[in-house]
Amino acid sequence: MQFSTKGKILAAGGEVLVRTSEPTDLHPISRFGEILGAREIISNLVRKDVKVKYKSSILGAAWSMLNPILYLAVFTLVFTKVLPNDVPHFPVYLLSGLLAWNVFSNSLSFATRSVVDNGNLVTKVYFPREALPLASIGTALVDFILQALVLGIFMLVFRYRFWGINLLLLPLACVALLAFTNALALWVSALNVRYRDTQHLVQLGLVLWFWLTPVVYPSGLLASGRLAGRSLFGISVYHLVLVNPMADIVLGFQRALYKVVTPSGSGGQPILLPVSLGWLAMVLGAVTVGSLLLLLFSWRSFFRMAGDFAEEL
Amino acid sequence: MPAAITVQDVRKRFRRYRQRPTSIKERALRIRVHAEELWALKGVSVDVQEGETLGLLGPNGSGKTTLLKIIAGILRPTGGTVTTRGRIASLLALGAGFHKELTGRENIYLNASLMGLSRADTNRRFDDIVAFAEVEDFIDNQVKFYSSGMYVRLGFAVAAHVDPAILLVDEVLAVGDLAFQRKCLDKVEEFQQEGRTIVFVTHAPDQVVRVCDRAIILNQGNVVNEGNPHDVVRDFRRLMSRQDLAYGWDRGTREIEIISAEIFGRDGETKEVFFPGDELVIQLDLKANVPEVEDPVVSFAIHDDQNRFVYGTNTDWRHARIPTFDGKQRVQFLVKSLPFVDGRYYVTLGVHSRDSRHVFHLQEQRYSFDVVRGEEDPGVVWIPVECRVERL
Repeated sequence: MQFSTKGKILAAGGEVLVRTSEPTDLHPISRFGEILGAREIISNLVRKDVKVKYKSSILGAAWSMLNPILYLAVFTLVFTKVLPNDVPHFPVYLLSGLLAWNVFSNSLSFATRSVVDNGNLVTKVYFPREALPLASIGTALVDFILQALVLGIFMLVFRYRFWGINLLLLPLACVALLAFTNALALWVSALNVRYRDTQHLVQLGLVLWFWLTPVVYPSGLLASGRLAGRSLFGISVYHLVLVNPMADIVLGFQRALYKVVTPSGSGGQPILLPVSLGWLAMVLGAVTVGSLLLLLFSWRSFFRMAGDFAEEL
Repeated sequence: MPAAITVQDVRKRFRRYRQRPTSIKERALRIRVHAEELWALKGVSVDVQEGETLGLLGPNGSGKTTLLKIIAGILRPTGGTVTTRGRIASLLALGAGFHKELTGRENIYLNASLMGLSRADTNRRFDDIVAFAEVEDFIDNQVKFYSSGMYVRLGFAVAAHVDPAILLVDEVLAVGDLAFQRKCLDKVEEFQQEGRTIVFVTHAPDQVVRVCDRAIILNQGNVVNEGNPHDVVRDFRRLMSRQDLAYGWDRGTREIEIISAEIFGRDGETKEVFFPGDELVIQLDLKANVPEVEDPVVSFAIHDDQNRFVYGTNTDWRHARIPTFDGKQRVQFLVKSLPFVDGRYYVTLGVHSRDSRHVFHLQEQRYSFDVVRGEEDPGVVWIPVECRVERL
């Protein structure tokens, strides 16, 4: 009788864990399986983050929607009244790029602090540490959904015609965005455990990066107008911008949702970089592949450092 | 059958930086960082069989918690290997991984998932967890409003209900009230009957004797003794009585402090060996660390080397009330005639409030004395007998 109970208990959680002094090499596939097994942890952590964020606030999740609305109000005012530009439907242009940027920027700022802020979990329970930065991305995705809702409502209200073949770019851009964000998020979250400067550097870096990415200003400016033909170290500004993966991803979002490259009656002045859909798809594919390679690299370093998290906190 | 936990020659080094470089600037400025090395574990090997309960004893800083954290997978060993089979639930210190802003309900789900329980399984056990923790009325309150007792109860309740094959318990049982401690020990016994493996870290040797199948003593990172709980606990007491004062099981708020204590015989000379029927004096010198304390009670207790509670009394029961305590005072208990025949006895001294809720200072089994019998006193207790012979 006793014996059969024992058998049951061993079967209930029969995983065998071996721990040694050597930081084990990362086996991405089996590790991915472990993380998949911990998906409830991740979803619970996301739930926790979202709940904690809106605890004791009356507006709750509406705050997440206020962020894009505020951006919308400020930038629409600035770019239509103070510094008028020729972007038709500016709000749609702005939001479609901002959507992608916010996922990236929120994920990174949450992820940087994720391991440090959850020190009480890390020092008390064993679980795959990747769950922490991944949950940060999850939390940013919750915001993404709310903000996409704002854009969706806006498009419906103003009868913006977004339907078309361009939308096929969206999933590709999303995959590239997630791969790139993951790669950086794992890296900064582990780095911040050792050097708390990381969180400040990330904040500063994000501000700089935001202005290097054509979210509020039209990327078409680079192909024509004052910047056309300018070069830095022998590379044209046009190409230099495309080196920034976030520029490619944002461009993908804008092309998928905003669509307009050269508005009629603007005298041939493009708003988005005048590249073909196929070309952009190829660039996004390249960004995805590059990001996945980067992810492998940063995941490995995260994995090596993760064994000592509990000690460093 | 393979062991549930195999610990092989595990060593753990901590680097204690005088000033740890936590910024790049500091790291850059000081290329070589001076670190003190501290070996918390110096080659520990131990197997825990499936279904076995192992007690882990040791003075503070002996490496008990470190070993437990390595078994749990939280810390990485510096050398050696640890192999575990089956799901581990660990209960380290207070409320493992609760978030203060979340409610009790939300924390149960979060904590259970961290220990590997699915949401569906948690749903099924939810009511049991809440009932066990006795927090029904507060389950939807944020845990930041919980008392420390509720916090511990909830933590233990979750760990006990995640269906672990291996349960690691670290001194948490010392925190709850007596009724809850009993409940936890009952749960531990239930686990034993179900054939689960338990590693139990504690300061209280009584619990080891009561609960464990086997015990080990860790001292300064080494296993110094291993075997059946009775023998190990006896050895542990010996070790502790040799330890520096700072290592004793001292606790309390220190509003009144035991600054020194002595055990001596009729002639006033401190001694450790007595004969049955001897007079014995336990003398405590106490000091108040606050201006005054109302109505404290000073008590002592005697345990034998099997850790059986033999006798205890206090100033209150002996009608020596101390209405207000200030400055330094001396308390003497005069044991008029030792009823023991043979063996080593351990003395616990304490100062506490009348209702025992506030322990000002407790020195658990810090002092000991031996009783040796002569040829003429067989038996268990010494009974003073006068003998008369009369011619009829």
